[in-house]
Amino acid sequence: MKKIINDPSAVVADALRGVEAAHPELKVDHANKVIYRGDSPRGGKVGIISGGGSGHEPLHGGFVGLGMLDAACAGEVFTSPVPDQMVAATKLVDGGAGVLHVVKNYTGDVLNFEMAAEMAAAETGVEVATVVTDDDVAVQDSTWTAGRRGVGVTVLLEKIAGAAAEQGRGLAEVADIARKVNANGRSMGAALTSCTVPAVGHPTFDLGDGEFELGVGIHGEPGRQRLPLVPARELAELLVEPIVADLPFGSGDGVIAFVNGLGGTPLIELYVLYGEVARILAAHGITVARSLVGPFITSLDMAGASVTLLKVDDEMLGLWDAPVRTPALRWGI
Amino acid sequence: MTNRVTATAIDAWLRAFGRLVADNEDELTRLDAAIGDADHGANMNRGLTAAAAALDELAAGDPPPAAGPRLTKVGMTLISTVGGASGPLFGTFFLRMGTALGDQETPVALAAALRAGLEGVVQRGKAEAGDKTMYDALAPAVEAVEAASADGESLAGALAAASKAADDGCAATVPLVARKGRASYLGERSVGHQDPGATTVSLFFRAALDAGVGSGEAG
Repeated sequence: MKKIINDPSAVVADALRGVEAAHPELKVDHANKVIYRGDSPRGGKVGIISGGGSGHEPLHGGFVGLGMLDAACAGEVFTSPVPDQMVAATKLVDGGAGVLHVVKNYTGDVLNFEMAAEMAAAETGVEVATVVTDDDVAVQDSTWTAGRRGVGVTVLLEKIAGAAAEQGRGLAEVADIARKVNANGRSMGAALTSCTVPAVGHPTFDLGDGEFELGVGIHGEPGRQRLPLVPARELAELLVEPIVADLPFGSGDGVIAFVNGLGGTPLIELYVLYGEVARILAAHGITVARSLVGPFITSLDMAGASVTLLKVDDEMLGLWDAPVRTPALRWGI
Repeated sequence: MTNRVTATAIDAWLRAFGRLVADNEDELTRLDAAIGDADHGANMNRGLTAAAAALDELAAGDPPPAAGPRLTKVGMTLISTVGGASGPLFGTFFLRMGTALGDQETPVALAAALRAGLEGVVQRGKAEAGDKTMYDALAPAVEAVEAASADGESLAGALAAASKAADDGCAATVPLVARKGRASYLGERSVGHQDPGATTVSLFFRAALDAGVGSGEAG
C-alpha cells in the first residue's frame, strides 16, 4: 500500500484538519467529525445535513457551503457515521425551520440516521425529514435485497435541494423536491480496479489486467458481472442503456448528464466516456440540458466511472443553476 | 453462585467476546471483503475496545452495577462507536438484553433477555431466517438457551448448547443467497461465503464458554 497518510487509523481525522485549514469559511467539529457552514445555524432556513462513510470525497464534506449542504458527518472509511454525529450536526444547523437528512440507501446509513432522527427529535424537538437516495440500476430493487444503492444522484440532489432551502422554502417542500430528484435519477458504474481501504492495506478484490467489473457500487464491493475489458464506446453503452431502459428516459426528455470518476481515473478518460455517453443520448433523442464531469462521488483510489442521468423540468434546472459556493461545486457567485 | 448470571459473569463474558473479536479481526475482515466492504472486523474491534473501557468504569463504581446495566452500557457504547449496520444492530441487541435482564440472575431470565435482544435486532434490521445475516446464528442460539433453561438445564449447559447452535447456524449461512445488507447486492455471488455478522454472533456465544460463565470460574 502506497498512500499519502500518517497512520491508517488517523486518516479521517487528519483529512478533516486539512479541510479546516483549506476552507476557512467552513468549521469542523473534530470530536464528532462534522464539517459545517461557518455561519450556522441560519435562522429560518431549513438545514440540510448528509453523511456517510469516508472515502467518497468530495462527497459529502466537499458539498458543504452556500446553496448546498449545511453539514456533513464523516464516518470511518466506508462505514456509516454513528447516530451521535448526526445528532450533533442536526443541532449545529437547526435554524428553527427543521432539518433534512439526506441518506444514501445502505443498511448501515439508514439504521444510524433513523436512530439519530429519533434521538435528535427527543432531545431538542427539532423537526427532521429524511430522504433516502437509491438510484443504482445495477441492484435489483426487490424485497430480496437491501434495495438499490444511493450513488451519483446524491450529488445532484444535494445541489438541487440545497438551492431550494437557500431560497427559504419550507421543510416539506425541500423534502418533496429532494424526493422528486431521486425518483427521476438513475445511475450505473463500472470499475477497472479495486480500491485499498487504508486500515486493510490491500485491494478489496482482485481484478485481472484484461477485466473490468460492471455494476459496482462505491465501497469496493464486487459488482454484478466481471467482463473482458472493452473500448469506451462499448462501456458507455453498457452503462447508459440499462439506465435509459430503467426509468425509462425517452425521446424529448431533458437531462442532467453526470459522468463521475471513481477516484483513480484521470479526467481525460472521463471526457472520452462523456463523449460516448452524449452520442448515445443523442441517438435516443434525449437532450442534455446540463452536464457534470469529474470525480464527485468516489471510491478511494478505484479506477472506473459511473454515469448518472437525471430527468429535469424547469424548476429543477433553475435550482441546479442557482448560486453554489462549496469546496467542490462553485458557480453563479 | 455458579448457576447464576452475575454481574461479574457478564463482565467476564463481554470482555472475552472483545478478546475473541480482536483475535479474529483479520478473519472477520476477510469474510466481509468477500461479500461486503471489508470493515466488519475493524469496526467491531473498535467498538468492543471502547466497551471494555466502559466496563472498567462500571466495575470501579461504588457499588458496581448489576449485569443488566452493564449490558445496556455496552450496547450504548457500540451504537456510538461502531457505525455501519453492525453498530445499531449489535448495539440494540445488548441494549434490549440489558434492559430485560436488569438485576435478575437466573438462566430463565437470561433466556428472556436474549429473546428481547433478538427481537430488537429483528425490529431494527427486519431480517428473517435464511436471509444470510446475524439472525441465522442468533435465533437458534436464543432458542437453545430457552429450551435448555426451560428443561432446568444448568447455565453452563444452556450456554454450551447455545454456542453449538450459533456455530451450526453460522455454518449454515455459507450456501445461502444474501437478502439483507450490503451482501444482498451480490445476489447469487454471495453463495459459498460465510456471513461475517453470523460469525461474530458465534464468537459471542463461544466467549461465554471461554469466560466460564456458569462454570464457577466467573460466577
